[in-house]
Amino acid sequence: MTAVDLPGSNLTTRRSSLDLVLRARELGIVLALAALVAVTTISNPRFLSGQSIRDILLGTAILAVLAVGQAVVVITRNIDLSVGSVLGLSAFTVGTLLRDHPGLPVIGALLIGAAVGGVCGAVNGILVRYGNVPALVVTLGTLYVVRGITYFWAGGQQINADELPGGFLDFGNATLLGIPYLVLIALLVLVITGVVLRSYRVGREHYAMGSSPQAARLAGISVGRRTIGAFGVSGALAGLAGVLFAARFGTIDAAAGTGYELNVVAAVVVGGVAVFGGSGSVWGAALGALLLTTIGSSLAVLEINQFWQQAIVGGLILLAIGADRLVAARVAATLKKRGSHVH
Amino acid sequence: MSTDRLGRFANWNVAIIAVTVVVLIVAAATVDNFGTAQNFGFLILDLLPIALVALPMTLVIVTGEIDLSVASTLGLSSAVMGYLWNQNQPIETIIPLCLLLGAVLGAINGFFVTVLGLPSLAVTIGTLALYRGLAFVVLGDGAVADFPALYTDWVTGNIGGTSIPNVLIIIVVLAAVFGVVLHATPVGRAVFAIGTSEQAARFAGVRPGRLKFWLYVVSGLVSGLAGVLWTLRYSSARADNGAGLELAVVAAVLLGGVSIFGGKGALPGVIAGVVLLASLQNALRLSDVSNEALNVVTGVLLIVSVLAPNLANAVRSSLQRRRHRPEPL
Repeated sequence: MTAVDLPGSNLTTRRSSLDLVLRARELGIVLALAALVAVTTISNPRFLSGQSIRDILLGTAILAVLAVGQAVVVITRNIDLSVGSVLGLSAFTVGTLLRDHPGLPVIGALLIGAAVGGVCGAVNGILVRYGNVPALVVTLGTLYVVRGITYFWAGGQQINADELPGGFLDFGNATLLGIPYLVLIALLVLVITGVVLRSYRVGREHYAMGSSPQAARLAGISVGRRTIGAFGVSGALAGLAGVLFAARFGTIDAAAGTGYELNVVAAVVVGGVAVFGGSGSVWGAALGALLLTTIGSSLAVLEINQFWQQAIVGGLILLAIGADRLVAARVAATLKKRGSHVH
Repeated sequence: MSTDRLGRFANWNVAIIAVTVVVLIVAAATVDNFGTAQNFGFLILDLLPIALVALPMTLVIVTGEIDLSVASTLGLSSAVMGYLWNQNQPIETIIPLCLLLGAVLGAINGFFVTVLGLPSLAVTIGTLALYRGLAFVVLGDGAVADFPALYTDWVTGNIGGTSIPNVLIIIVVLAAVFGVVLHATPVGRAVFAIGTSEQAARFAGVRPGRLKFWLYVVSGLVSGLAGVLWTLRYSSARADNGAGLELAVVAAVLLGGVSIFGGKGALPGVIAGVVLLASLQNALRLSDVSNEALNVVTGVLLIVSVLAPNLANAVRSSLQRRRHRPEPL
């Protein structure tokens, strides 16, 4: 939406109306979420039970970590379709390591998982940067390659919960002050990434790249390095999500995370991150993840066929990008009008 | 520069066809049972859905757009086919309905992309999820079998006493139609013009929106046909039929030398890309390489196919620069 040609007349007006629109978009998700929870709870009060909320939060934690990484990439006007495969490779790597070395501390597992993902992400970034090819094609390719490597390595074997050290499984279930560790980690990732993107120069440069790569280059931003960095972050977070996945489910095979890329892209798009880059926030992406996960639980509680979930996800993506275009057009019109008043 | 680029793509076309021929010969010589007539029959049946969907996909990508929803359209068409068959509808009604459904699903994509002006990547990721979800809503996770033998036998059968599958006729006819349209008609020239510069195409009297809309309709229609043929081939209508096929189709098209940026590509290269992908997979499968490990091959081919022209270009321009550098005094 920042691709829209803005008249450069009144900086403060522009800033505030853009802010308003961005906030309004996140407000829309919050309202949709509130309506969904209200309707579901009226129909079945047990939807708001502790266990149910905990399940939603755990599901959201994994999806949100992926969505935060994806948002960073999408903001730079790229896309990372390989995240599901990277999650699978990381989960299987960490699962195998923990099975063979039960003494490995949880923090070590988290770091190794993130490192595995970070390497995959850096490869994506380097291919996009130096190959001069669209991220869509590169990450479509690595989606295959990384999944294939995991299958090649795993064969048909599966790692079960009873092979994993108890400490690691406890980490997947334990809570601090009633909040699961997984959720705390997701919040930590969200806050750090959000603050860096919002308030630090390196973060703002990602938005600048997404708005106009050429202008960003002219402004002296090292677009190539930022591209590799964004993919590295997305990969590392996908790797981290793989460890969370392993801790939560305890059972890992080569198919772990298959098809996740769709939900992740959906969460990001529904969360108001424009696919043309340059706009959106990780908070929105995380809210999108929360909304998608809640829809899944609501369908179960409302006894609606679970098969509707994917169709709803698809409908939401269409709705979100349609709304985005509508908002962009309206902002452009408003700004044009205001601009002409000043002149 | 433009003739240079044209030459580069002509080269890529020749190169990919040559690579395909080499792979076929090497596989026939080294892999047991690869070179048998029976195996080639299976090979053609296996590449049927990819080949069909790749034809309209080529045109869509040449205009600079993409359609990721094709496999979901295939799946929904298959699911509806199973549903209607369960309702005891005659197959002669079901098949045209499924084709119509495919065209309608394509028109929905076309509407979002051309009328609302939304990015095709995002739209078709959305409809990828939507159509696949609807397929499950229609049919659940069960399967419908027992389609009439007359039809299933024709799809799996061979021409006369030969070992050439009947479905090859469909592939050849459609490939010829798409080839002629793309390379020998005003429509094809308009497709290339749009991919090269939509604005210039508009000035030249082309209506990009309308043409793209119809390309999406055709893409949906052919995907619906692929769904019908898939269902008849395995005699099994399932909501997850063809899941993930969009990736293989995009891989084959790009492997065939079509530029993801639009404006460049040729159908013979795409056919070679489809055959190359399918025969590599077939040969590796015969060599007991696991199905999933084949993904590595597909992925690497996809990346190489987009990297190679750029790398060749970089090497060429660095050579040229060296040639033009003034001699040191």
